Amino acid sequence: MSTDATGLTFLDRPNSYIGRSVPRPNARRLLEGRGVYVDDVAMARLAHVAFLRSPHAHARILSVGTQAARAMPGVIAVVTGAELAQVCTPWIGVLGHFKGLRSAPQHALAIDRATWVGEPLCAVVAHSRAEAEDALALVEVEFEPLPAVVEMETALDPGTPAIHPELGDNLAFERVLDVGEVDATFRDAEVVVEETFHFGRHTGVCLEPRAILADWAPADGMLTVHHSFQAPHMMQDILCKHLSLPEGAVRVICRDVGGSFGIKVHIYPDEMATCALALMLKRPVKFVADRLESFQSDIHARDHRVTARMAFSAEGDILAIDMDDLTGIGPYSVYPRTSAVEANQVVNLTGGPYRHRHYRARARVVLQNKAPTCQYRAVGHPIATMVAEGLVDLGAARLGLDPLSVRERNVIPDDAYPCAGVSGIRLEKLSHQAALAKLKAMMGYEHLRAEQAALRRQGIHRGIGLAAFIEITNPSAAFYGVGGARISSQDGCTLRLDPQGGVVAAVSVTEQGQGTEGIIAQIVATATGVPMDKVRVVSGDTQTTPYGGGTWASRGAGIGGEAAWQAGKALRGNVVSVAGAILQADPGSLDVRDGAVVDAATGAERMTLAELGRIVYFRPDTLPPGVQPEFVATRHYVPKDYPFAFTNGVQASYVEVDMQTGFVRLLKHWCVEDCGTVLNPLLVDEQIRGGIVQGIGGALFEHCLYDADGQLQNGSMADYLVPMACEMPDIAVAHVVSATASSEIGAKGAGEAGTAGAPAAVVNAINDALRPFGARVARQPVTPEVVLEALGLI
Amino acid sequence: MKAPDFAYARPASLDAALALLAEHGEEAAPLAGGQSLVTALNMRLAAPRLLVDLNAIPGLAGVSEEGSIVRIGAMTRHRDVGTAAIVRERLPLFAAALPHIAHPAIRNRGTIGGSVALADPATEWPACCLAAGATIVVLGREGERRIAAGDFFLGLYATALRPGEIVTAIEVPVPGQDAVWGFDELARRHGDYALVGLAATGRRAGGGLADLRLAFFGVADRPVLARDAAAAVEAGDIAGAQAALAGELDPPDDPATRAATRLHLARVLLGRVAGRLRGDTVTEGGRNGV
Repeated sequence: MSTDATGLTFLDRPNSYIGRSVPRPNARRLLEGRGVYVDDVAMARLAHVAFLRSPHAHARILSVGTQAARAMPGVIAVVTGAELAQVCTPWIGVLGHFKGLRSAPQHALAIDRATWVGEPLCAVVAHSRAEAEDALALVEVEFEPLPAVVEMETALDPGTPAIHPELGDNLAFERVLDVGEVDATFRDAEVVVEETFHFGRHTGVCLEPRAILADWAPADGMLTVHHSFQAPHMMQDILCKHLSLPEGAVRVICRDVGGSFGIKVHIYPDEMATCALALMLKRPVKFVADRLESFQSDIHARDHRVTARMAFSAEGDILAIDMDDLTGIGPYSVYPRTSAVEANQVVNLTGGPYRHRHYRARARVVLQNKAPTCQYRAVGHPIATMVAEGLVDLGAARLGLDPLSVRERNVIPDDAYPCAGVSGIRLEKLSHQAALAKLKAMMGYEHLRAEQAALRRQGIHRGIGLAAFIEITNPSAAFYGVGGARISSQDGCTLRLDPQGGVVAAVSVTEQGQGTEGIIAQIVATATGVPMDKVRVVSGDTQTTPYGGGTWASRGAGIGGEAAWQAGKALRGNVVSVAGAILQADPGSLDVRDGAVVDAATGAERMTLAELGRIVYFRPDTLPPGVQPEFVATRHYVPKDYPFAFTNGVQASYVEVDMQTGFVRLLKHWCVEDCGTVLNPLLVDEQIRGGIVQGIGGALFEHCLYDADGQLQNGSMADYLVPMACEMPDIAVAHVVSATASSEIGAKGAGEAGTAGAPAAVVNAINDALRPFGARVARQPVTPEVVLEALGLI
Repeated sequence: MKAPDFAYARPASLDAALALLAEHGEEAAPLAGGQSLVTALNMRLAAPRLLVDLNAIPGLAGVSEEGSIVRIGAMTRHRDVGTAAIVRERLPLFAAALPHIAHPAIRNRGTIGGSVALADPATEWPACCLAAGATIVVLGREGERRIAAGDFFLGLYATALRPGEIVTAIEVPVPGQDAVWGFDELARRHGDYALVGLAATGRRAGGGLADLRLAFFGVADRPVLARDAAAAVEAGDIAGAQAALAGELDPPDDPATRAATRLHLARVLLGRVAGRLRGDTVTEGGRNGV
């Protein structure tokens, strides 16, 4: 954290909003029900599209008969894959920095072959969604079912057919990392523990489903797209490419977005088809995914099987990790970010908190006829954390050591930074020791252990689980850009001071409910000296904001926030420069505080921004000669010295397991994390809590269940169990602050931390409770059935 | 998804409703609370041409005590059943079941008659009716029929209702002074359909129990009376009762839960509820967490 020209630190500025739990400006509007989501956008001549989706996991499409559907009331068009392909070109989800990653061309609507249950293959456009659905029932498709590749464990068997014959087999990507002397270390280790972990495929369930409204105005040559999405500029670029339009012909607008979690940062066939249909029909076309098709067509995640072992010394030092990860990603690597990232992250992150120097990891990414998987909140983190933390607990139990003390012994010490993790990741400044110490005090660890032992004697079986983790945030171009993806990692902020002294801030980072706009308003108000209620933030519009990456991988505050801070400082510099000319004062002696130009030393008001605005905008004739005010300032930012800003944290879970029913009751959850500068404690704490709840979802509830034919068995809100408030524990959150020196504001991301550590903490707690029974679980979600099987009761 | 087109009628009398149902036959569906039917419409799992809304018909909702029975009108909302003073006093089993039924928004709209007529095998009211020896009162154009709960639930979403008939009331005998009852269920999340549930009634006799009725739900295609298990509990043999369940319940295998798991959980639940019944603690079941 640096000091600015006035000698004050970022946090010390006289009207700083930083570090305060100020409410976010858009909360009231959303709570009043006045949000404008895609489905709220009104438009004349609006048409609605519904998609016919494959009922087969794998089938040849022999014919698509559309005549009867076309004759239905209200139908505007029925469009097949072949017809749509004349407007929209196919894509392939590969990137250069994932060497060897393979996928096949994917069309917006399947043409010859359907490859998962839910893949769209025909579009019906009608005056209402209901009429479109009526007509869908009359589209006649002749399928020839093909063998479905469902199980990832057998996807690579020689006898398993290749989903894309031109690829030869179903291996999409493989990465092997081998560091140090792994075999020798295991051979000589005092204790080796091993486990096979299963991670159930699940998905991100957004309150607002995916939605897109595309309007082609031929006279303007302009395609305007309202999209429930995280990265409008990326979408603009991709629409240009695949609809063969110039950049200036596509405008993507993301107004209010009801949750995203990474689900809304990928290219979906039905959304591309909707835009192509708008071009074909020369009118606005809207697609809103209903909940049933969301389960079949939103990206899934976390379908992994990891077999791993960890070597320990007799004293409890972690010496080495050796792991093998297998993951199934569906029939295509998802465009444009690819479906190799999750497994790649597992390799990069497993064991990341610890100081062992021997590490081997293999990750294989295989194709299968299920819904495509791609990046969902905390990509790879919960898997990596579960594998390492599960093994640490196994080792501690084997050695008879306390699991907290084993972690204290093995984490990279706080004074060792900067350094590199064993997988090669570069770590600027982490705080595992401080975080563990804070957690220990916060949860009353010793007391809790005593309580656990006392209750055990009464037949009440509780467990304490810990999970230390690292988290990737603030990604630079190393994430996607270096691989050739046209996904911006730099972001910008443009500020304009208006005549009454208010500021409009246009930012390229985006808001999906997490409070991005609130953070930007805080930073802009602090940097410019304008009261926060006079800052208006504009985001989510390719035409009115600076060019940037949007929001993903926890970058809104750390990257977008720094751009806003720099823009704010620049605007303040411009303001005091003009004010100095008017006041005949040295600009360096002036500051802007609470909406007025003041004497920096005394704080005495010299002129209000409204007076300055009046002069600059309405009486520029009175300005001294040669003074040309520039009350617009733009700054961009991208981290340059580190590819990622790693953060760290540790979570703990306290659970009670009913040894007769296998039911798990969550009693309490704790998280200490370090996201650098905490810009808004309220927003950060709720990010952590929300992330923990999603992590608990994966640990105990959420699971996309497929049968042997590749049919999704539980694709509804009645059958797919999202975590709900009744079952959630109280969640205590605390922070350690290690600001990144990469930026002046020093903020790192906080969006993944909760989800990264929660599953491992909960599963470790369950296993802690089960330990006296000689039972353990390693399959998520940990349902009562999984516990009962571990206990040998069924 | 959007519901297919349907016509809608809101008759103001039972006669008018029955006439509409008779006229339109299988193309008509009565609409009570709509908590299952409207979902089925939107998912296009059901496509009736006509909805006959029963909500404007006077006299179908409400709870009253009539001699030795409590009469619960078919259109009484779940919440109003469970919170009615008469029910809390006379039919504590039904009051205990209420918190397990879905969530407040659903309890405020859904009706006991709709639940009984739908006969979802994992729901609470049918099992309570079976345990309590209730009578389902149905009305058609040919008149009223009174059907014992044990004869009413015939299978998965299948009941003794004939085409054109609707449920008008549930009549539950008022338990005697020596009555005992128990209710408990296990659900993954609060408000979910039960993995297994148990509604039990009986009476104290000597030092033990008699006339025990154990109505399990979520473990077969309909609520099931476990008679052998009840006899074993009456004889003081809880382990024997738990063993007997294997022959009496036929839990389904579903994608999320194996049949063996449900059977095991049914045994655990039986042990707990029977223990409470025998211990004279007439209270609702324990906490089952997640």
